[in-house]
Amino acid sequence: MFYREAGQFKSTYKADQAIFPILQDRMAIAFYLAVAFIAVPIFGSDFFITSIMIPFLVFSLAAIGLNILVGYTGQISLGTGAFMGVGAYSCYKLATIFPDINIIILIIASGFFAAAVGVLFGLPSLRIKGFYLVVTTLAAQFFLEWAFIRIPWLYNYNDSGAIEVPQRETFGIIVTGASATPSVRYLIVLAIVVAMTWVASNIIHGRIGRAWMMIRDMDIAAELMGVRPLYAKLSAFAVSSFYCGVAGAMMVFFWLGAAEVESFDVNHSFLILFMVVIGGLGSLIGSFMGAAFIWVLPVILRAVPNFIGIDVNAATVEHLNFMIIGALIIFFLIVEPHGLARLWALAKQKLRVWPFPY
Amino acid sequence: MSARTLADISAGEELLSVDDISLSFGGVKAIQDVSFNIMKGEIRAIIGPNGAGKTSMLNVINGFYHPQVGTITFLGKERRKMRPYMAASQGISRTFQNVALFNGMSTLDNIMAGRTLKMNKNFFWQMLRYGPAMNEEIEHRLVVEEIIDFLEIEHIRKTPVSQLPYGLKKRVELGRALVAEPTLLLLDEPMAGMNLEEKEDMSRFIIDVNQQFGTTIALIEHDMGVVMDLADRVVVLDYGRKISDGEPAQVQADQNVIDAYLGVAH
Amino acid sequence: MELLYNIFIAPFVEMGATPDFLLQVLWEGFVAGTLYALIALGFVLIFKASGVFNFAQGIMVVFSALTLVGFYAAGLPAYVSLFLALVVMAVLAWSVERFVMRPLVNQPELILFMATIGLSYFLIGLGEFIFGGEPKSMITEELGLPTGSTTIDIFGGFVILQHLDIAAAIIAAILVICLALFFSKTRIGRALRAVADDHQAALSVGISLNQIWAIVWFAAGIVALATGIMWGARSDVSFALQIVALKALPVLILGGFTSVPGAIIGGLIIGFGEKLFEVYWGGLLGGGVEAWFAYVIALIFLMFRPQGLFGEKIIERV
Repeated sequence: MFYREAGQFKSTYKADQAIFPILQDRMAIAFYLAVAFIAVPIFGSDFFITSIMIPFLVFSLAAIGLNILVGYTGQISLGTGAFMGVGAYSCYKLATIFPDINIIILIIASGFFAAAVGVLFGLPSLRIKGFYLVVTTLAAQFFLEWAFIRIPWLYNYNDSGAIEVPQRETFGIIVTGASATPSVRYLIVLAIVVAMTWVASNIIHGRIGRAWMMIRDMDIAAELMGVRPLYAKLSAFAVSSFYCGVAGAMMVFFWLGAAEVESFDVNHSFLILFMVVIGGLGSLIGSFMGAAFIWVLPVILRAVPNFIGIDVNAATVEHLNFMIIGALIIFFLIVEPHGLARLWALAKQKLRVWPFPY
Repeated sequence: MSARTLADISAGEELLSVDDISLSFGGVKAIQDVSFNIMKGEIRAIIGPNGAGKTSMLNVINGFYHPQVGTITFLGKERRKMRPYMAASQGISRTFQNVALFNGMSTLDNIMAGRTLKMNKNFFWQMLRYGPAMNEEIEHRLVVEEIIDFLEIEHIRKTPVSQLPYGLKKRVELGRALVAEPTLLLLDEPMAGMNLEEKEDMSRFIIDVNQQFGTTIALIEHDMGVVMDLADRVVVLDYGRKISDGEPAQVQADQNVIDAYLGVAH
Repeated sequence: MELLYNIFIAPFVEMGATPDFLLQVLWEGFVAGTLYALIALGFVLIFKASGVFNFAQGIMVVFSALTLVGFYAAGLPAYVSLFLALVVMAVLAWSVERFVMRPLVNQPELILFMATIGLSYFLIGLGEFIFGGEPKSMITEELGLPTGSTTIDIFGGFVILQHLDIAAAIIAAILVICLALFFSKTRIGRALRAVADDHQAALSVGISLNQIWAIVWFAAGIVALATGIMWGARSDVSFALQIVALKALPVLILGGFTSVPGAIIGGLIIGFGEKLFEVYWGGLLGGGVEAWFAYVIALIFLMFRPQGLFGEKIIERV
């Protein structure tokens, strides 16, 4: 009833090209942003902000990065975890070398290091396709994991082998380290994620995004239309890794506070791939939905048995979580390869014509 | 001959020439010593029985296959190995035998994809979208809308192409090739699998393209009636060799061609 | 200069000085290579018949071994446990065909691949749910596999050969020969090759794709169980093995996705290469290079010969 576009006529191509052409959609986005920026910091508990919202946002950003590669360009990657690691370790080194530069600038800058590494390991994609790329990205994953352990310079020769986030201030407010408040960290993460999502959406809806999708759908035809596979694939690798790198840096600096190589292992690569698949290949909104789903599901699984009074040990919950995620992946691939995002779009479509079926 | 622009070549002059091309895959000889040329402004048909090497010939022309022997001269410039995107940037555009649309995109995006080479706003502007990138997008959207109008596919503008029936897919593909404003348009069996009505529509579009936009067209087609009506000149391939070349009536009367199609009595 | 010396000369001097040690390293490489080859073989079987890149093969290895150990721990005799583990693999093959492969038929390869990643996760969860997450030891002796070792005196030194490793190599060889015979001599094998060539054409002559896929997954399950026993006997049975099992992927890159001899030779190359590199050159890089050596070799190899050692060059058509 309320979700109706009747009377909203588009009289220019500019209006038709808008990303959210329907007024109600624009209102909904404004509402979500308002909740995220105002309501959550005011009403959210520290636990909710630190253990749910910040990881959710960080993983969403990584999922957007991977989605650019897998969902939009059709190049598979199992090296996401390691690319996040590149972001985190380079941000750590930058913060050590340039202690006076604003940490937010360093976080963005560390994305460039991840992008460079991503391009390097993306180079084979020019000659190989599909599964072969799985192996090259796994090569990246294992090689980088090894580097994070065996090159002590990367973690400042710490005995623990871990990187620990130093305390930094921005405009007199402590933003990183143990004494930074959850709300401050959350707001910074949120601002970066929103800005980068907006940029990703812009790129995807323009010439470059179209070139990526052309490569994904029919690479030969794309080349005959004038897309240079070299530029298209490597730019996708670069942008994707940039997003993953920033996500990795934020993961350590605004969420974990300290990290070892385990935070960037191949299981994280899988986890983010799952977010992309469940959320929807080739959908930005889906990346958020997938991240929320995969991150929140275990939290709920842990909470439910307690709630109804059954005592289930943590390991069992973990195993159930694995089984449910695995089964859901298969389920979504069978029933709706475009994931939650598509279900959402279908629901909206139904709502538009409600109460009529068509 | 030095490189020339399209404007230097007047109608009826040579636009593309293929000289002594041989192409083989391992031991299989797909094309052997084939030469022919395409004049500016004409509709040139390539015909032949199945497996004659017609599609391979198109693939050679737009750089997808690299012949072992022979040269191709386009716009007065001889070229060696070239990648398909280079052929595209020189103004060669094509459609495919088995429709090769971008299935995950809408009709509009598919046709916009044909404008890839004409758009050049850099990464920075693309990131901002609003401003120069958007203006460019809209400028090209206007061209695309004209072609959509021309091909009478306004109603499916926002439909994902994977949901379209075969005949419309072929039309969208033609649209995608046309918006690139090609100097030379290659059509690989544009009417395969169509019913009579769709064939008539498609023939009309091809003639219109040739006459309204003055686009030079090379097409592969199996329907002899269509070829004889549309084409200005016809080249006939059989087992990778050229067996006849000339005007439709001439080719039709050629004993070699009749033998190739009907078989020879031994 | 010293670096160059350490890279190009010192390792070979060392090899020449202690040839017995070199032999020992090569033997270790051979054994590791056999195991990689066995996992790769499971991949190849499924890839040939259905074009599916079965990421879950490594998990199937662990899962089958866990089942075997689990049945034994429940008090059943070793051989009964072995039989029941085979039954479980058959059920698994049937379920995978019924609930994963069949609904996904004709989907893009990438979708099928990701489905097998989902399958791996499901199997990890299921395996740990039933058998618990802690590592278990393989029932080597109970299955009648030899233990102990032989020491061979050679080059003024000695080489130690574990009997188990010898048995593993022999069993692997028998398995490969059986599979080769199965493929080339039986009716089902012929149907299998037909399916591998062309799904549609095979369907049109009355071959049941579903049946063939179930059989192939079962065959891969048998290979997985054999691998699981061998591997489990050398170390513990735990899901940590899945990371090692991923090394079958570079093996496949070298050998080609559809070639059985390729899988074996690829496995051996990776096995030898990684042990030699780790022992003689690893120290220069700080050790632990086994973790990535195989992948980097595959990466370099891909640059020059994307179709693998035995694969055919692909002609693309439009």
